[in-house]
Amino acid sequence: MPGLMEKFRKTDVYKSIFRHSYQDTQRNRALQIVDNVFLHLHPVRVGRHATNLSYTWGMGGITLLLFLVTIITGVILMFYYRPAAQYAYEDMKYLMNDVPFGPLIRNMHRWAAHGMVITVMLHMFRVFLTGSYKPPRQFNWAVGVLLLVLTLMLSFTGYLLPWDQLSIWAVTVGTNMARATPLLGHEGPFGSQLGMRPDNDVRFLLLGGTQVGPPTLLRFYVLHCIFLPLVASVFMAVHFWRVRKDGGISGPETGKRTS
Amino acid sequence: MAEDQAVNSGPAVEPAVSSQGSALETKSATPPTSEVPVATPPRPEPPKIVTTPVPRKAKQDRPPNQDPGIWRMNRRNFLSAAGWLGFLTFIFASVVGALRYMFPRILFEPPTKFKAGFPEDYVIGDVNESYKDTQRVWIVREKEGFYALIAICTHLGCTPNWLPAENKFKCPCHGSGYYKNGINFEGPTPRPLERAYVGLADDGQLLIDKSIKFRYELDEWGKPGSYLKYTGV
Repeated sequence: MPGLMEKFRKTDVYKSIFRHSYQDTQRNRALQIVDNVFLHLHPVRVGRHATNLSYTWGMGGITLLLFLVTIITGVILMFYYRPAAQYAYEDMKYLMNDVPFGPLIRNMHRWAAHGMVITVMLHMFRVFLTGSYKPPRQFNWAVGVLLLVLTLMLSFTGYLLPWDQLSIWAVTVGTNMARATPLLGHEGPFGSQLGMRPDNDVRFLLLGGTQVGPPTLLRFYVLHCIFLPLVASVFMAVHFWRVRKDGGISGPETGKRTS
Repeated sequence: MAEDQAVNSGPAVEPAVSSQGSALETKSATPPTSEVPVATPPRPEPPKIVTTPVPRKAKQDRPPNQDPGIWRMNRRNFLSAAGWLGFLTFIFASVVGALRYMFPRILFEPPTKFKAGFPEDYVIGDVNESYKDTQRVWIVREKEGFYALIAICTHLGCTPNWLPAENKFKCPCHGSGYYKNGINFEGPTPRPLERAYVGLADDGQLLIDKSIKFRYELDEWGKPGSYLKYTGV
């Protein structure tokens, strides 16, 4: 059995997939990380202080994990969900009752989504408490706030999709707040002066109409599944890149580090 | 790089915990070479290592010499294999679960069985087209009984037409032609039309089931269900 493994490791197939051996040299260790598309976003080495969970909390990484979970479960859900008012609720019921593992996937999606909102809050709280927004990390804090807003928008758009009473009224209330936006809402200050009416203001833009209806569902579906995840991914890339460039995850002052 | 300096604190700061402590890693500069030969003081004797005799286990507790035992691997390899097995099991279960997810338990497709009226209402020798548009089936009555042809051209799936004047089925797409019994004789079609199950329902009506098919080229036209013997009025 061990002989077989050795022979397999020498084949061309193996060597073209696994390009570096397990030789324990500094160069080889770096190469294994840097030459791997999934691993190279992470630096080759991190300071030991980066593993101090009581300081870092790890909430940023957990948020990323939950984001990936929502994406994977979301795609799986897309095989059965139709974003049409006629079918949305029915498809959700179908998933819950007639599809094997349907309830598991839907519930995982929901839990990961709720969890992600909690973990971004905890992450933001930790960053604040450790002063990790101070120079040179100010810009990254701003990007983080943007990501927070995107997370909340993802939650909001996703909430409409089951098209049940809870969904429709939540979106009604939320978008009714939009009509009071200054300048852009037809009931907000200076809105009417700028020619805002119920059929052309920012609330109309969100709803695709003057009320919550089938156009809203389609619009929110596209926002939830394509637009917001893409924008969030772009900003996440910027966010992670800035962490690296700003000196890695922040830790206590170098003099005070215990490890 | 800010990241590097966290790990490799240079020779200026002596790490409190030097886990390696190997004499081979010399971070300091090479020791200066001395020109004048100096008698180096003799090294102190290394402390004698005192070993207390290991209490010998009883003979029956010791494994026989060189015998790796029934497992033939050490604990480390066993745990490593167990770890990989656990991971692969998870992957396998996920794949199976995902595949199973793709096959819902309930479908909303129209039923394949339908009743086609009473046998007496059919004319012997006639190709009945009443169910061609709704069910895509021709029902043919002969002197001995009934058979049902599925109106899907076996070339590429169009719906052929029955031409009573020429006594043949003719497909408008590429000209495939079939005799009244469904056997192909002209055009690009490679095989005869398929027959559907014909039976009698409880109330005496003809019962056609399109999900049960019979192919001539597989010698299935003789099988029960492919032909309904009926010699009544």
